[in-house]
Amino acid sequence: MLIRKPGDILPSDITPPEIYRERRRFMQGMGVLAAGAVLGATRDARAGAKLAGVRASAYKLDEERTSFKDATTYNNFYEFGTGKADPAASAGSLKTRPWTVTVEGEVGRPRTYDIEELLKLAPLEERVYRLRCVEGWSMVIPWVGFPMHEIIRRAAPTGNARYVEFVTLNDPRQIPGLRSHVLDWPYVEGLRMDEAMHPLTLLAVGMYGEVLPNQNGAPIRLVVPWKYGFKSAKSIVRIRFVEKQPLTAWMRATPSEYGFYSNVNPEVDHPRWSQAKERRIGEFFKRDTLIFNGYGSQVAQMYRGMDLKKYF
Amino acid sequence: MAAALRHPKVWIFGICLFPLARLVFLGGSGGLGANPIEFITHSTGTWTLAGLMVTLSVTPLRRLTGRAELIRYRRMLGLFTFFYACLHFVTYVWLDQFFDPAAIAKDIVKRPFITIGFAAFVLLVPLAATSTRAMMRRLGRRWQQLHRLVYLVAILGVIHYTWLVKKDLTQPLIYGAVLALLMIMRLPWGVMLLQSVRSRFVPARF
Repeated sequence: MLIRKPGDILPSDITPPEIYRERRRFMQGMGVLAAGAVLGATRDARAGAKLAGVRASAYKLDEERTSFKDATTYNNFYEFGTGKADPAASAGSLKTRPWTVTVEGEVGRPRTYDIEELLKLAPLEERVYRLRCVEGWSMVIPWVGFPMHEIIRRAAPTGNARYVEFVTLNDPRQIPGLRSHVLDWPYVEGLRMDEAMHPLTLLAVGMYGEVLPNQNGAPIRLVVPWKYGFKSAKSIVRIRFVEKQPLTAWMRATPSEYGFYSNVNPEVDHPRWSQAKERRIGEFFKRDTLIFNGYGSQVAQMYRGMDLKKYF
Repeated sequence: MAAALRHPKVWIFGICLFPLARLVFLGGSGGLGANPIEFITHSTGTWTLAGLMVTLSVTPLRRLTGRAELIRYRRMLGLFTFFYACLHFVTYVWLDQFFDPAAIAKDIVKRPFITIGFAAFVLLVPLAATSTRAMMRRLGRRWQQLHRLVYLVAILGVIHYTWLVKKDLTQPLIYGAVLALLMIMRLPWGVMLLQSVRSRFVPARF
């Protein structure tokens, strides 16, 4: 993979111009309101609000970014419906303030964070990652967040902490889709401790320089770029350190099709479809899927000696 | 022109073109979403299934209403169903796989839902090919026997849909339920039910 030196990126470089201009108009319109709100001086939590103080990072890609529109209207977030357009249409009912994330389990310092604390926990940085969905499509998204290890370090995991479990909000009043039993709610995902500690593993609070839209997992979500998208839990309320491998929502639903690791691998097919190729959203021809989604040089050593067909 | 517009076949023809017109319109106005090829694949597949259900509802509807002339529209409905099946197949072969024969052959052998869908498409071909009046006359009794294959095609179509969805079975199950109903209406018990409903609610026309 190509990692370039961090450079100065202008917001206009990372945002499609139509969005950028739209945002400008929005900001101009907000000017009057902002002047009134300045005494309160709280951060704007709404999707679309620009995130301040975001640093560039070394995690960039020499690939064209997916348009903001596609990345925010073509989503899998089953809590808001199983159609790709459903989350964008119905995630408006999700309230991202107040919001807390509880860190618990096998840790020396369990605590509940307010989302505002998490936004200030570590410097926010922009990272452009590939996103490969298990369904055979992919995107390139500039996320804004901080590495997962920032939280792990502060939690001081005990010797028993071998896995980390992530739990998504389970409130049917805010998320009507939870009343349908497509999956066993709440949505649970998990990582092995070394995977969670890996520098690539990100907790994202924004994308395209803005506050994360609800349909993309606001206010805080996981991004694990070398695994299929469903591993990256959205709208997280609980991070639990455990000794035993967590039973994830998809493993519970269809254990023969979804394993715990779910590393992107063109040689290990989904039982019902091939994973050899993918359609990059916005492109006409399919492209070859890369082992570990192109992050093999950084993550492959974690799986050395493991039969990836068995541990799919 | 006015006379043509009075003919129901003209209307049915126009209605059957709606799914295609919609795709063309959405394609022209950028309304196919982030993954246009997936959209076209799903849309043509869904309309093929819907076409099968509509075609299979002609006979029960005829028994229910006593309007024998409905049979005249069945061929057109069946051929439109085949037309959308062809579009679905071409979308897969061309836009999805881009004429990669090795990948397609592997898919048909390895992916049960593709195997089933491909089988259903192949079985539709002889039905479309023998839809002319001349073929009906030539085949005689065997024509009807041959065209009973459509039941199998519909069942395979529903299985194809069921096996391809990731988790949410709502839509395939709706098609399955409609198909089951249409099949029940063909059993002796179902035929009797339709006729008794008809004699009770539909005034006899002489």
